[in-house]
Amino acid sequence: MRAAAPILLLVALWQAVVSLTGAPAFILPPPLMVLQAARDNAGLLASSAAVTGGEVVAGLILGGLFGCGVAVAMVLAPSLGRLLRPILLLSQAIPVFALAPVLTLWLGYGMVPKIVVTVMIVFFPLASVFHDGLMATPEGLLDLGRLARAGRWREFRRIRLPSALPSLGAGLTVAAVYAPIGAVTGEWVGASQGLGYVMLMANARTHADLMFAALIVLVALTLVLYAATRWIDRRLKS
Amino acid sequence: MNSPPPARLQGAAWLGAGPLFAGLDLDLPVGWTCLIGPSGSGKSTVLRLLAGLPTGARFEGTITAPDRIAYMAQADLLLPRLTAMQNVELGQRLRGLKPDRARATSLLARTGLAGLERRRPAALSGGQRQRVALARALMEDAPLVLLDEPFSALDSANRQRMQDLAVTALAGRRVLLVTHDPLEAIRLGKRICLLAAGRFMELEALPGRIPHGAQEAGFGRIYETVMARLMEAE
Repeated sequence: MRAAAPILLLVALWQAVVSLTGAPAFILPPPLMVLQAARDNAGLLASSAAVTGGEVVAGLILGGLFGCGVAVAMVLAPSLGRLLRPILLLSQAIPVFALAPVLTLWLGYGMVPKIVVTVMIVFFPLASVFHDGLMATPEGLLDLGRLARAGRWREFRRIRLPSALPSLGAGLTVAAVYAPIGAVTGEWVGASQGLGYVMLMANARTHADLMFAALIVLVALTLVLYAATRWIDRRLKS
Repeated sequence: MNSPPPARLQGAAWLGAGPLFAGLDLDLPVGWTCLIGPSGSGKSTVLRLLAGLPTGARFEGTITAPDRIAYMAQADLLLPRLTAMQNVELGQRLRGLKPDRARATSLLARTGLAGLERRRPAALSGGQRQRVALARALMEDAPLVLLDEPFSALDSANRQRMQDLAVTALAGRRVLLVTHDPLEAIRLGKRICLLAAGRFMELEALPGRIPHGAQEAGFGRIYETVMARLMEAE
């Protein structure tokens, strides 16, 4: 409910711009027209949202597992960490947008390349934030592990991991906000369904109202994901 | 009771290129040895060397210490997500042992925390948290106990209560207390050692049972001596 006021403000601003500039509907459709388009295409938008949502959730889960796995492996095997760090950084220098067409070429038009793009977008922030969290354990707590001669695994299990859970939550929240960008990027390059596909098609046919409707559904999807990860985040912090 | 295994540190240490201390020979007797000195004199380094913890200093010499060592620092070092009970059991878990719950319960009761076993550190006062840390140290049942200013963050009433509790609980062990507070050193030390400006020396301590009271004969005189040495050193 706290979100209602800023949303209403944005819609009012939007309507004001339309009214004041007299922009034609194919450039900036008024809010009511978008609402109308959303109602007329409710079925299409719902099925597209389900496709994109599925890609995003699959990408988040896979990218999350992969990111956490790499972060943990780098902590448990420091030599592996030294090897992986530059590679990870390098992987971030490659723009996913540039890679998406190649992935489509390799993996086809189905959901797989979209999930891969999402994994690539999600993986790095999560792995790096979680890894930093695992390495930022207060020295005094690590002293307890050293005194007990705990070894790397028990030190990880009993001291590092519990201390790093808040950063895992923060990483997940960031990942959830980025994940839809990954899926839509994948759809943009080549798809036959999904919100990105709807946007692209609507744009090509100058159906700006449907484009905006799809965009709003995507934003809603992101907000739902964000709320879900915030819930997980609070769980991890308490 | 058999005498606990020896604990001794002999040698010299450097911090970077500069010497931290040289010719140190600290052989801990059974009972409390208090090591005082100004900040940065290396007294915590001495304690950490004995504990086998990383120090950042380069040390040359010999360290004799038993396998099991109990340790308390100025910070309580409690894990925030564990209950008081689980924090007391942490050492055993870190060793991969099944925690002895009955013993943990009785130690928490002994440190005055009966009924608070299921509380997390955030729901305890500073004094209570340091009691949990003491119970955790006692849980180790170690012949050597290393205390790095564990009482200095407490208010004076709590500090004295904790000191008295620790004296009773740690009887029969070798205890090294690092402190910057001369009163605490005189109150608790069977031996008082000073580490300052790279030099290590033993000062006079009050004879008899600890904790000593301020009204005991010689307390004021020893306080004056210790303070004079400390001020010389700075």
